[in-house]
Formats: sequence, C-alpha cells, structure tokens
Amino acid sequence: MLKIDNISKTFAPGTVNEKRALSGLSLYLAPGDFVTILGSNGAGKSTLFNAIAGTFLPDSGTITLDGRDVTRMPDYRRSKFIGRMFQDPLKGTAPNMTIEENMALCYLRASQRRSPFSMISKAERREFRDRLAQLGLGLEDRMDSLVGLLSGGQRQALTLLMATLVTPKLLLLDEHTAALDPATAEKVLTLTRQIVAENRITCLMITHNVQSALTLGNRTIMMKDGQIALELTGQRRATITQEELLAAFRHQGLDNDRILFSAQ
Amino acid sequence: MISTTVVINALELGCIYSLVALALFLSFRILNIADMTTNGTFTLGCAVSATVALAGHPYLAFPAAMLAGAAAGFVTAALQTKFRIPSILAGIITDTGLYTVNLAVMGFSSNVNLLKKTTLFTQLKPLMGAYYRLVPTALIALAAVGLMVLFLKTRLGLSIRATGDNPDMVRASSINTSFTITVGLCIANACTALSGALLAQYQKSADINLGGGMVIIGLASLIIGEALLPKGKLWVKALGAIVGSIAYRFIIALALRLDLPSECLKLISAVIVALAIGLPAWKQAKGGKAAC
Repeated sequence: MLKIDNISKTFAPGTVNEKRALSGLSLYLAPGDFVTILGSNGAGKSTLFNAIAGTFLPDSGTITLDGRDVTRMPDYRRSKFIGRMFQDPLKGTAPNMTIEENMALCYLRASQRRSPFSMISKAERREFRDRLAQLGLGLEDRMDSLVGLLSGGQRQALTLLMATLVTPKLLLLDEHTAALDPATAEKVLTLTRQIVAENRITCLMITHNVQSALTLGNRTIMMKDGQIALELTGQRRATITQEELLAAFRHQGLDNDRILFSAQ
Repeated sequence: MISTTVVINALELGCIYSLVALALFLSFRILNIADMTTNGTFTLGCAVSATVALAGHPYLAFPAAMLAGAAAGFVTAALQTKFRIPSILAGIITDTGLYTVNLAVMGFSSNVNLLKKTTLFTQLKPLMGAYYRLVPTALIALAAVGLMVLFLKTRLGLSIRATGDNPDMVRASSINTSFTITVGLCIANACTALSGALLAQYQKSADINLGGGMVIIGLASLIIGEALLPKGKLWVKALGAIVGSIAYRFIIALALRLDLPSECLKLISAVIVALAIGLPAWKQAKGGKAAC
C-alpha cells in the first residue's frame, strides 16, 4: 500500500544548524498494516510523517502510495487520500463551524465526483449522526453546536471520525492522544483501534507509550537518527516485555528520559 | 420629525450599502482578511456601471461591474498568495492602482453624469411607483444574502470558512488555501462592486471619491448588525449585514436632522469600528492583569 524508498531529508544544509532528519529510510506497508512508531525526540518520526503527507519534499528517494508515485504531489492533493491527526486537539477541527459543518467539509472533500458547489443531503446528515453515535460521546445530539465548545477529547474523537469518514488509503496518527488526560486518551485509543479495524485502514501511529506501541497494531518500528533502528513483528513483538524492549533501546543507544518515563 | 421620504431613502441606501457589509462579512469575518481593496472596488463598480449605462446598457452594467470587481479581488489575492505580500498591503496596493483605473474607466474625468439617461431605476419607475428604488435594492440585497449563505454551505464555501477559521487544520487537509482565498476575495469584491454599481445608477452619477472610507463604513455596519441581532446561526449573521447597514443609514439620517455635517460621520464610524473591534481584546488584557 505504502512504499517508501530510500528517502533522505536534510534541513538547513551547509549551515551550522544542518540537521539530517531522514537518512536513507525505507519502509513498506501492506494493505491493512497498522505500524506503531517509537523513538526519542528528534529521531525523525514527525519528519517522516511530513514527508509522507507532503508538508515538504524529500531531498531524495520516492514515496509510492497504492501504486502511485506521490513524491512530488502537493500536500493538499495528497490529503484527499491520506488522513492525518496531530497531538494538539485544536489543530484538526474548525472551532467556529458546527460539528455537522466540520464533518460535511471533510466528507465533501474526501469523496470524489463532487462539484465545488455540492452540499450534503439529508441521508448523509443522518449517516453523520449514526457515525457520531458510535463514538458514544453524545455528540449526535449536538450536531449544530460549534466545535469550539467541545472538550479536547471530544474534539480529538471528532477529528478521528472526520479523518475516517471516507476511508483513507493511509492514516497518520502523530501522538494523537498525548495531550489528553489518561482516561480520555484510553477512550480515544479504543476508538482508534475500533475504527481502524472495522475499515481495515492502513495506519502509522507515533507514540511515546511503549505499552500502546506493543499492543496496538501488528508491527512496531523504532527510529533513531532518521533511520529505522529496530523492527518488531509477529511472535517476537507479541512476547517481548517492556523491560526487554527498553534493553533493546539502550543497546541501540535509543534510550532517553521520555521513553523511560512513559514505560514506568 | 423624520418624514416617510427620509425613511425610504435610508432603507434604499441601507440595502445598497449592505452589499459592502456582506462583502466584508466574507473577507473580514470569514476569511479573516481586512480587504483594503474595498474602497477602490466600490468606486470601480460605480465607474463601470455609470460608463456602461451611459453607453445605453443599464442592465449589462451590473454584471460588467461585478466582473471588474472580481478582477480587482483577483489582483489582491494574487499579490497575497503568489507574491507573499501581507494581505493589508496587498489591498492597499490594488486600491492605489485602482484610482488610475477608475479615472480611466470614466474617460479620465473625475465624474460621470447619468441625468436623463436610462438606468435600472428609470426603467422600473412606471411599474412600481413610489417604491421603484426600494423594491429592486431590497430584493438584490436579500438575494445576495441568501446566495451567500447557501454558498457557504457548499464544499467550496465550507473550505473558505475553514481557511479563515483554522489555518492549521486547513494545511493538513486537502484545501488549497491560495485557491480558497482567491475565490473568497473575488466574490467579496464582486459584491462590493455591485453595491457601487447600484449606487451610481441610484444617484445618477459616479464620482472618483465615492469609495472613500468604504471599508470603515462597511465594517461599522457589519458590527452594528452583529450587535442588533442575536448571536448564532450563519444566516442570522449574514442578515446582520443588511440590518446593520440600514441602521447605519438611519443614524446618518438622524445626524443630518441634527444639522451635523455628514463629514463628521466618518470620524464617528472610525470610533465605532475601533471600539467594537478593540474593546474585547482590551477587556481581556485588563482582566488578565487583574488576575495576576
């Protein structure tokens, strides 16, 4: 589904601030793969997402999504089939538009074949309502409320729903529960697992929580210095303990305070 | 006392100028851009309308003026999105250039006279009697508000709203902000030009200085409308452009009754806009200090 071939990206080349954020990274995802990504700050995780989403172009290498070379495609065209969520719950929704309008915007943009003047129908409105009800947050009765009035957790759950309203080819989750309180984070993670599984979405998720990295999805990769330092799949991933994983981290020189802290 | 004629005049002018307030509703409130092109575009609408009507096409004058207005909006948008000029400066640049364009449209004369010429209103006079100016202007204003609200619920309209509301979200979604800003400014300026086009035929003349202070007058109207109507739904907010604009014209009518020179109103408008936009932030800053 997603094929990343030997991509590199250096910021501010030739200056004292030169930073090699990605160096010859390759990654292949089969349809339905759910890969969790661990790694310390500055390992290149978000840079990888930015490259996939087209926020900037890589210096070299190619990115192929569903058989189509998207390396040079502008970000706004890519995001028709790539869903993306950020840590900040305020980033994914428009506060002065209602829940319904936010959903309508995402839906109308993601579904093909529509004119710029298309509007949502009554049937689609009902479908939005049903989908909102599945979140179990009571939002289905507040479709005319402004999104700015919702809590961070509610907004993040809504963003997740919006990103998957029309099933994307690829879903990028960039620490999307890190800014939420533990109970809400758990709820949003459960919703993530449920929605990704139901729609068989190919998904990449950055997290600093070792436990969710190992329990969610089917593959885990660890990044260091813009490369994949370690990959865990199948039996080894299922049986590895957090302590062993931390040992592997240290062995790879991957440990840092934040990772240790999350694991405890 | 205020006579019926004064009331009807205020309603007519309110409806005509409400299109400017509606344009600013789109550019300022929704796209979050203070579009300084407005002054020049208003005059451009007047000039094109008067010139085309003078040539014997009073109806064609309106689409021609709107097209000219949209072109002005396009220039401002291009300066902003393609050449990265800050939005206010982009508007001022276009506005400055438009001064010459407007003179040129009027044949390098500072005014055009339509006395005894056929206009939209002279055509309607035999049909509508005393309301021959109120009925068309009110219908056009209401239709513009209706179309605007409908448009803002379409895919493109929602994208334009999101562009002004949450740039972070827009950057991560499939919205080309250069495109949405361009479409938004073209529509807003077409709307402003239509207002100018109506005014030129209404008062049977166009003048190079008609657009002076139009941004502030439009914003004042918009803010008065917001204050008068309950907060809430989109169509109520859009309707506020008409309500506010009519209220503004009544304030002017009253001021004129009190023998206040009409030139004073620009200062009053400026103060209204400064206070209405500045007060919430000022209160917040003050509240923040008190809490420390």
